[in-house]
Amino acid sequence: MASGLPALPEQRLDQLLAHYRRDVARRQLRSLAMVACLAVLVVLAGRSGEVEPGKLLQHLSGLTSYFGRIMPTLRADHLTGDITEWYWNFFGWLKLLFDTVLIAYLATFTGMAGAAILAWLAAANLAPNGVVRWLIKRLFEFCRTVPDLVFALLFVSAFGLGPLAGVLAIGIHSFGTLGKLYVEAIENIDMNPVESVHSAGGRFVDAVRFAALPQVLPNLASYTLLRFEINVRASSIVGFVGAGGIGQELFVAIRKFYYTDVSAILLMIIATVSIIDLLTERIRHRLAPAASVG
Amino acid sequence: MNTRHAILGSDPAAVLAQYRTLITKRWQQRAAEIGGPVAVAGVLAFSIWWLDISFGQSEPGLAALLKFIGLMFPPSTGGHLQLFLKAMAETLSIALLGTLVASVLAMPLALLAAKNTSPNNLLRFLVRRLLDVIRGIDTLIWALVFVGVVGLGPFAGILAIAVADTGALGKLFSEAIEATRARERESIVASGGTALMGVRFGLMPQVLPIIAGQVFYFFESNTRSATIIGIVGAGGIGLQLSEQIRTFDFDQVAFIVLLILGAVAAIDWISGKLRFAIIGRRQPWT
Repeated sequence: MASGLPALPEQRLDQLLAHYRRDVARRQLRSLAMVACLAVLVVLAGRSGEVEPGKLLQHLSGLTSYFGRIMPTLRADHLTGDITEWYWNFFGWLKLLFDTVLIAYLATFTGMAGAAILAWLAAANLAPNGVVRWLIKRLFEFCRTVPDLVFALLFVSAFGLGPLAGVLAIGIHSFGTLGKLYVEAIENIDMNPVESVHSAGGRFVDAVRFAALPQVLPNLASYTLLRFEINVRASSIVGFVGAGGIGQELFVAIRKFYYTDVSAILLMIIATVSIIDLLTERIRHRLAPAASVG
Repeated sequence: MNTRHAILGSDPAAVLAQYRTLITKRWQQRAAEIGGPVAVAGVLAFSIWWLDISFGQSEPGLAALLKFIGLMFPPSTGGHLQLFLKAMAETLSIALLGTLVASVLAMPLALLAAKNTSPNNLLRFLVRRLLDVIRGIDTLIWALVFVGVVGLGPFAGILAIAVADTGALGKLFSEAIEATRARERESIVASGGTALMGVRFGLMPQVLPIIAGQVFYFFESNTRSATIIGIVGAGGIGLQLSEQIRTFDFDQVAFIVLLILGAVAAIDWISGKLRFAIIGRRQPWT
């Protein structure tokens, strides 16, 4: 560092300043163009989305009063009575929540079982057959792109109302997402053990069992538990279309404006989801400290 | 080298005895290996019994499902092509506006919720809990609530996505803000800038690429969620889809599903390009 800045000749300074201004102007022009594009898109989207800010303003008081109305009246002097009235169907809802968690469990198991069988055939480094691999990857993709609620609607039509439709719908969606994650985990393994198994005369199944599985098992388990957390949320929703769990009850409460029931059920769902998140997070951290982020 | 020679040279039984501790498992490990799968299977059996899932029900269901799938081919518009395209455009509008409103709302909340920018600890705590509660309620539930407030139609869907994602984006933004270096802001404040200027010129340039990436990612995922919120009446293609499933017009169902798959793939592709153009490289999504 020189102690004194050498003064630039006037001409040179002008030149530099001109460069600077040109660069800044170019950047501003680019940002302006992006904002203009966005504005056009927003206007188009606003028209097709039937946005009426007037309607929102008009209903804004309705919105705030809605949240006011779903809050229970709790008075300090008869707190227990008020809480009993608020949670008048506590045990009924608790049973439904239990159903919801079990639906998530069954769905996660279904998805896991399917994905754990097929993922080996779809991993680039182990797959014995390219065509099979391509087909399975497309199957995974299809199952995770179609929303689970769409599957739920279809299965409710086919199997009738009840938890079976929910289990299958969420299970198929989990199958797609878990399959993708499993394949990625398998594709990242160290190939040396696989080669040793092959060179000792082992076949595809032996390579999977003795070389690949021990490497990926903690990751696979961690992904599956994470999926279980997600599925608990999903299974509290599938009841909206009649596929079992607490969703049905919540749907009815919101639709028929049983205000305090809405807040009671929502709080119970949030509590259940948080408890399950905490529990599985613990197990996941113990299973695979490195992989617990994903 | 020496040990290997010794092993090869000696009696196998003696070697086995010597290294027994390496190949035998402790009983805890054994118990976990047997007990784990048994527990999983036990809960499985209990769930099937508790939820009263009968496999007798599944056989006619499966037959019905196969019939539905048969009816899906060939997919057909049923003369409603224009209606479906309009609904799809509505879905994309819901996703775009919902994400946009959510990111605008989430930014100030994130600044209040981040450890290094929050003016007040109590405020920070309250904002974080607010974001948690919003995030704990699913988009579909918000959609149902907003249908009750502003009536049927895509506007309810926009509001639902906007609110639900404010919670999620607020949390992600605040994490991005907390991960920034303090130096830039400190130097701006040290050279006479206000705290707000520090945020604008010292913090924003650091977080903007990360935030832009997250917003694009949410736009992609919202395109998916916007396809289903129509099922509860909040506009978009979901309404058409549930109508066609309820009326058993499965050729049109197949067409709508294909339309959704196509639109989602297109949006993923475009937004992926834009995302990488802005953030420069593939970022691990957490």
